[in-house]
Amino acid sequence: MTTAVSVQNLTVSYDDFKALDAVGVDVAAGESFGLVGESGSGKSTLLRAVAGLAPVTEGTIRVENRQLQGARRDKAFYRSVQMVFQDPYGSLHPRQTVDRQLLEPLAIHGIGDGERRILKALDEVGLGSGFRFRYPHQLSGGQRQRIAIARALILEPSILLLDEPTSALDASVQAEVLNLLEQVRRDRKLTFIMVSHDLGVVTHMCDRLAVMQNGRVVERLSSADLVAGRIGEDYTRNLMVASKGFRRG
Amino acid sequence: MSALLTVTDLRVRFPTRTGVVEAVRGVSFTLGRERLGIVGESGSGKSQTGRAIMGLTPPHAEVTAKTLSFGDIDLISAPPKVRRDLRGKRIAMILQDPKYSLNPVMSIGRQIVETLRRHESVSRSEARERALDMLAAVQIRDPARVFDLYPHEVSGGMGQRAMIAMMLVAGPELLIADEPTSALDVTVQLEVLSILDKLVADRGMGLIFVSHDLRLVSSFCDRVLVMYAGKIVEEIAASDLASAKHPYTQGLLNCMPVIGADRHPLPVLDRKPEWAL
Ligand SMILES: Nc1ncnc2c1ncn2[C@@H]1O[C@H](COP(=O)(O)OP(=O)(O)OP(=O)(O)O)[C@@H](O)[C@H]1O
Ligand SMILES: Nc1ncnc2c1ncn2[C@@H]1O[C@H](COP(=O)(O)OP(=O)(O)OP(=O)(O)O)[C@@H](O)[C@H]1O
Ligand SMILES: [Mg+2]
Ligand SMILES: [Mg+2]
Repeated sequence: MTTAVSVQNLTVSYDDFKALDAVGVDVAAGESFGLVGESGSGKSTLLRAVAGLAPVTEGTIRVENRQLQGARRDKAFYRSVQMVFQDPYGSLHPRQTVDRQLLEPLAIHGIGDGERRILKALDEVGLGSGFRFRYPHQLSGGQRQRIAIARALILEPSILLLDEPTSALDASVQAEVLNLLEQVRRDRKLTFIMVSHDLGVVTHMCDRLAVMQNGRVVERLSSADLVAGRIGEDYTRNLMVASKGFRRG
Repeated sequence: MSALLTVTDLRVRFPTRTGVVEAVRGVSFTLGRERLGIVGESGSGKSQTGRAIMGLTPPHAEVTAKTLSFGDIDLISAPPKVRRDLRGKRIAMILQDPKYSLNPVMSIGRQIVETLRRHESVSRSEARERALDMLAAVQIRDPARVFDLYPHEVSGGMGQRAMIAMMLVAGPELLIADEPTSALDVTVQLEVLSILDKLVADRGMGLIFVSHDLRLVSSFCDRVLVMYAGKIVEEIAASDLASAKHPYTQGLLNCMPVIGADRHPLPVLDRKPEWAL
């Protein structure tokens, strides 16, 4: 089995603060791997480090058997690795229309047939062509998130880094987007690393997952183990209890 | 007892190059000192309803309502100054994209301190103490470090909690929380909800809680409004959500990935054109 993404002993520091502290994660090609855990525990930082967007101070990152150096990522990297950011507002250009934002990655990588691809990408995320010439501020939160997903998919990458990709979507649109992601993964043998705080979503989408707390991976387990309650850490157990909903008193 | 908030036939329209977008199409409800949930389709007008109540609708849009009143104050005819004074002090809103709604060039702590000092005369050091306490209350691990961070230096869920802290320091009577916990892990989520819960129970705050998380809404809220295409299509007691009548609401419940259920692909909605009439 080939490894798509291998992160070893990864440390990311902001001054004295370690956002990641010697984290290791191996994701096989074609696998869907989940990251869950405490808010602020370093989940986004881990994805950002892979994408070359976080200050790595120690450790190694290998993607499709190439060791990545520092924060430099070449054009070929972004052809095969795309990221959906947690804050779609921040990752979309505020003064470009949806059309421009979808066209740009195609232009950069010299991919033709833009018109058809853009309409297809919009349709796949449940947005009609009526949204094509809107600006990000003219969209609802969930519509922006879907544009970000469409933009990541339009390049047909082989690895997708998904940071809370459906957190702003209602259950009906979420189901459509999750089905779409599963389908493209099957059709194109994609590899996913997916962050979500919704254990229902993670166990639905991912085979294995890592639980993070305070910059470290505290537990690795399969979704089947999590579902069956074969859990090693109290923190993971608390997450399972809390996901049942609010209890007054 | 007079309602805290009365909304009758609220409409929000955006003129665009390709025609008018009717974001909110006649929404009516009243709010007492309770937890009112709003759920609904992405793009159905939940955030624009909240923004219209706050007076934060973009200037080129058109807002109309038969009634839009906060206690005895008619918000439609109130001069901008009155609305500005209400905002933040008596009515607060936790915006859906908190990291982009916070001031990017001011540290998190200073933003909370300034909000507090705008509404209450407290010394600088007392304001700092209260801001740190508030950050700790929303389960920020190291309040002293986070106090000095800028919005782009915090995680998604920390930004959300910073915004919650900022909105709560002034002690509003009405809080509109737009997806306030969508970036929080479930344990922190429950801690934050119990703070909101206490404010409703002990201080009589009115809460509008917009969320996609049906489990959370049904366990936390008293009443739920379900929105679809700019309108309220169903109103239901939160505890009865599982037996909702409208096909959209029923569909929603059925679409959720459930821990332990193995449904691939997930069921999807067959949206009927008549739902959007
Ligand atoms: N530029 C920065 N400067 C200082 N600290 C930073 C910076 N970027 C991230 N951090 C810190 O790194 C930690 C991890 O952040 P990260 O965004 O990875 O968390 P997360 O697990 O994704 O949380 P959430 O679930 O809330 O999104 C946080 O404490 C954050 O404050
Ligand atoms: N400036 C604008 N110009 C045109 N249309 C707009 C503008 N702002 C919002 N809209 C549209 O108004 C509708 C309602 O938006 P709103 O943000 O209230 O949705 P929402 O229910 O909060 O959705 P979500 O759950 O995705 O956040 C959406 O279809 C959106 O595209
Ligand atoms: Mg994050
Ligand atoms: Mg919204």
